[in-house]
Amino acid sequence: MSSIHQVFDKAKSENRAVLIAYLPAGFPTIDGSIAIMQEMLNSGVDLVEIGVPYSDPLMDGPIIQQAVDVALHNKTGINEVMHIVKEVSKSGKPVLTMSYWSPIEKWGIDKFAQQMNQSGGVGVITPDLPPDESEAWITATDENKIDRVFVVAPSSSDERLKLVTNKVTGFVYAASLMGVTGTRSEVSNRAEELVNRVRKHTQLPIAVGLGVSNSEQAHEVAQFADGVIVGSAFVNVILEQPNLKDSIAAVAQLCKDFARGVHKD
Amino acid sequence: MTTFLQDLHKIDDQTGHFGQFGGRFVPEALISALDQLEAEYLKAVIDPKFNEDFQNLLKDYVGRPSPLTEAKNFSKHAGGARVFLKREDLNHTGSHKINNVIGQALLTVRMGKKRIIAETGAGQHGVATATAAALFGLECIIYMGEEDTVRQSLNVARMKLLGATVVPVTSGTKTLKDAINEAMRDWVTNVETTHYLLGTVAGPHPFPTIGRNFHSIIGVEARQQILEKTGKLPTAVTACVGGGSNAIGLFHPFILDKDVQLHGYEAAGDGIETGRHAATLSGGTIGILHGTRSYVLQDENGQTLPSHSISAGLDYPGVGPEHAWLKDSGRAFYHPITDTEAMDGFSLLSQTEGIIPAIETAHAIAGTVKLGKELGKDAVIVINCSGRGDKDVETAAKWFKLT
Ligand SMILES: Cc1ncc(COP(=O)(O)O)c(C=O)c1O
Repeated sequence: MSSIHQVFDKAKSENRAVLIAYLPAGFPTIDGSIAIMQEMLNSGVDLVEIGVPYSDPLMDGPIIQQAVDVALHNKTGINEVMHIVKEVSKSGKPVLTMSYWSPIEKWGIDKFAQQMNQSGGVGVITPDLPPDESEAWITATDENKIDRVFVVAPSSSDERLKLVTNKVTGFVYAASLMGVTGTRSEVSNRAEELVNRVRKHTQLPIAVGLGVSNSEQAHEVAQFADGVIVGSAFVNVILEQPNLKDSIAAVAQLCKDFARGVHKD
Repeated sequence: MTTFLQDLHKIDDQTGHFGQFGGRFVPEALISALDQLEAEYLKAVIDPKFNEDFQNLLKDYVGRPSPLTEAKNFSKHAGGARVFLKREDLNHTGSHKINNVIGQALLTVRMGKKRIIAETGAGQHGVATATAAALFGLECIIYMGEEDTVRQSLNVARMKLLGATVVPVTSGTKTLKDAINEAMRDWVTNVETTHYLLGTVAGPHPFPTIGRNFHSIIGVEARQQILEKTGKLPTAVTACVGGGSNAIGLFHPFILDKDVQLHGYEAAGDGIETGRHAATLSGGTIGILHGTRSYVLQDENGQTLPSHSISAGLDYPGVGPEHAWLKDSGRAFYHPITDTEAMDGFSLLSQTEGIIPAIETAHAIAGTVKLGKELGKDAVIVINCSGRGDKDVETAAKWFKLT
């Protein structure tokens, strides 16, 4: 069984959802992103998604755009991302990358999957690669034992849900709302409906992301989803801190809050 | 050339691939809207009412057919070749952009959507979209790079007068590329009520196909007009290439006429060798940008590189996937034209023919000067005069130090 599924199984046995954290590689610095992610995994996060910085992040709102600008300014290319994956994987917890398709295709589809494997990474989330275009990616990830995660949205038809979930091997990423990444004041009422629709097509774990901003919202999501994904909320606190030491402390506190939130009632 | 004809049949409009190019690289959230647009388009093209509405608007509102004007004085500077201008500059709103806009606006109404968004570089697509929004009673938001709002300020005022909201985009390079990013972000959020009226033949399927088909009227008319005027097909047809919409509109009806050469002119800015250019087909590599696979200016990490051109409408690091395919198949040729060459073409056409072209169009003018010299005086060349230069008067006055 893949290490991703083991994490979901374990959480289930503890009557809680998996807590997944997203952070762009190279933000606030290359070493800083390693230190923060290590701290996250020590403070209740089960799984991290390392974002591959991209010049045209058209699914991201202003908070993550700002972080990605910093990461690109720090010259975070794919070699640097792989270095970060390697360092964070030493924690023994599963590490995924999340990448727009342009960097992967340019770098080399096979090469990317192979380097993920060699760096100890276990999966890749590709939010703008529809399964319709993913033949080469499926071969590369299968050959290199890397789990695939695709995203579904409230606008996805049942036919699309079936098509997409069929190609997933890790977990299904359910976008809670129609929109870009960012913090939101409430959990979208479309999230639960989407999760219920996805369940009809797959036995795989389902994690909900987009807009989960605090531990109350995480708690709400944990009642119907198998995993809760948090991104912009972490980037926000890092942007607010004057230095890395304070960022790490603030992130650790936030992780503990979220970790308390994800238990099932 | 039979292989080329066979290849043409492999153009797969169903999935939007042109050989290895095209396709859809977008978030799943947008797939249903792209499917809906494609389905509505396929229904509309066989609906007599849609065809009638489209043709009537092109005739009575846009002013089609646009004339084909022989440029006899200009011809002397182009090796003596006979040169004709397809006058898209005389369309309502001043460029070819309105053809695609009218088509997509009719589709928007058919889909029951009440809000349209668009990106614009030179402002011509924004003006055309704001115009159609006024005509059809739709809410209209135009995203425009902050840098472009400055160099095309006349068009910003026009859009506002037409009732549109213009949102200056300050992220990234503050030009067309980032305006598209911002429009995509809006679309992902409001897709259920909003149509994204993409202004060129790039982006995810079905945009390259429907944009090309709505603009094909340019080539269909030009083909008939040149036959009437000269009794034969032209030696070559030429156009400037930004995203590629005016070029594909002229080229497409000639693709099967294998003896007609197709030449596209890209913006080489300060020169390809300087790295400061927007000549994607001449100086780019194959990659992904804005939902499609095509030639792109990007680095080895798949990061889009900033483009540069004096012309806001050509200042884009990507290009429509069908042009990538026409290039690789050898059917069409693409050449770089620097800022300086383009501005020379701009003043040449103005002073020989009394026609001030858009700076975008001036790239095709400058390219045709070279082509005419190569082909010689027996050649007949049709240039797509994609737009008029009113919007560029300030930039040109500065360039030629007139103020
Ligand atoms: C007059 C004119 N010509 C050409 C272009 C370039 O676009 P495309 O390559 O899609 O025709 C523009 C774009 O703004 C334009 O305004």
